[in-house]
Amino acid sequence: MSVARTVGWTVVAVVLMALAVPWFLWGSAGVAFGLPVWLWWHIGWMVLASVVFAVFARTDWGLGVEGVH
Amino acid sequence: MADTALQLGIVGAYMVVALAVGVVAYRLTDRSAEDYYLASRTLGTVVLLFTTFATLLSAFTFFGGPNLAFAAGPEWILVMGLMDGIIFAVLWYVLGYKQWLVGKRHGYVTLGEMLGDRFGSTPLRVLVAGVSLVWLFPYVMLQQKGAGQAIVGLTEGAVPFWVGAGGITLFMIVYVAASGMRGVAWTDTLQGLFMLSLVWVAVAWILAAVGGAGEATAALAETNPEFLALGGGLYSPQWMLSTAISIAFGVTMFPQINQRFFAAESKTVLKRTFALWPVLVLLLFVPAFMLGAWAAGLGVTVPEGSNVVPALLAQYTPTWFAALVIAGAMAAMMSSSDSMLLSGSSYLTRDVYRPLKRVFGEGETAAEDAREALVARIGVVAFATLSFVASLYTPGTLVQIGDTAFSGFAQLTVPVALALYWQGTTRYGMYAGIGGAQVFYVFHVFPVVETLAGVVGASVALPTAYAGWTPGIVGILLGLVLTVGVSLVTSTAPEEKPAVYRVDGVDAD
Repeated sequence: MSVARTVGWTVVAVVLMALAVPWFLWGSAGVAFGLPVWLWWHIGWMVLASVVFAVFARTDWGLGVEGVH
Repeated sequence: MADTALQLGIVGAYMVVALAVGVVAYRLTDRSAEDYYLASRTLGTVVLLFTTFATLLSAFTFFGGPNLAFAAGPEWILVMGLMDGIIFAVLWYVLGYKQWLVGKRHGYVTLGEMLGDRFGSTPLRVLVAGVSLVWLFPYVMLQQKGAGQAIVGLTEGAVPFWVGAGGITLFMIVYVAASGMRGVAWTDTLQGLFMLSLVWVAVAWILAAVGGAGEATAALAETNPEFLALGGGLYSPQWMLSTAISIAFGVTMFPQINQRFFAAESKTVLKRTFALWPVLVLLLFVPAFMLGAWAAGLGVTVPEGSNVVPALLAQYTPTWFAALVIAGAMAAMMSSSDSMLLSGSSYLTRDVYRPLKRVFGEGETAAEDAREALVARIGVVAFATLSFVASLYTPGTLVQIGDTAFSGFAQLTVPVALALYWQGTTRYGMYAGIGGAQVFYVFHVFPVVETLAGVVGASVALPTAYAGWTPGIVGILLGLVLTVGVSLVTSTAPEEKPAVYRVDGVDAD
């Protein structure tokens, strides 16, 4: 059970890192509401990361760190 | 001239207030090492969050970053977001929480102490502290350089560079000698909140003057359309990833950050800091770096050897406000530097001086304790003075200097992580991993090979990148291979305690 959760959260962490830069907008110069579109992605992504981290801290904090031999 | 007096008055007044906070904290600090260096492990959420944050509030953020956005486009925001908001937060959990648990159980104050105990190795302890002090040097120098440039930029050259750099040096020496972790953490908190507010006021002020973000961005699209497109120029995917990873890894091994892993009051404090981190990073870097990028569209001219943010402020905001921002930025650099010097002095006394003293067979007497405190203070004065002198002569931009230091620290991260989680790690694995990666990286930063080859008349140069990846990243991989490889072929020495890092969550409560 704990292995499954560790793997799950690891995947979440990797996805958070992998898409912190919106690679699919590479080269795009679109502007919305006064800022580049990729910057809006960044703003949304950082807020999402905070929420995900808060959920992790509430539910599974200690996973993979406590009691590891 | 009246302007210069006003500007210097504001900068001076701010510094005095910052110093007063340090004095109050000093009166509350007892002289035990755990209190002096770790505030007795009692830092709460707000203070821990901001004192960690404040180490980001450095010359790198206020001057180096916006300069880069001004010259190459605002994608630097993404690099900092990935590195600081996400990778660092993950490392905060994986390394920081683990170190906190281990440190709480065994009473460690420094990284070197933690590793030296586990591997039963004083040389390892000295090596880790020595490597850290070496890379701390350029980063302290970066703050002094930033302060010198700030004063030059603010007063348009009326006050010379060395006054700013020298002034900040003097301040931080007094500060570290007078205050301990508590004073440093308190001023960090005040300055963090103050600077974060000022950055937003500056953005509001400038955008109001030019007619809003839409106008400012449109102006940028006219002059530098390539800045708005993601990537291009300096920003290749490899460069962005290399920089983000090496800085994030480096940040965790900075003495002042790493030591904060030991200083949290409780598990809850670590959790909250972890969750708030990405948002705090967002709130700081987006406005700071967009200022730099917009300045390019607004046709701001930056004098040689100066920085874009002061130039922009001088053009769009009143003198007193620009001076206030510069005062805040200088105070922020000071607070980064005093954190660094404080942690550096704990590394010096506990991990270098104490083991050497033991070699010469001296005991732990009251006279010895007093001498150790003296060594710590002399060390701080010598370190800060040398880096000040170096800041007067060293070329290189703020970002280059900062990046060099970060990547140097980053070489420590993988061996430390392996030590924390893999009991198969051996003493020799650590020597090889840390030593090998450092040698590799140093050879790429300093022209050692080129010079030696020149002596025998050959022309050899190491590559500056490996398929687009920086030597910093290649060094990290090398550290991984060496630590694992050598650990596998060597056996655990009898003095090693592989199980010492086994901790349960129960310890935390």
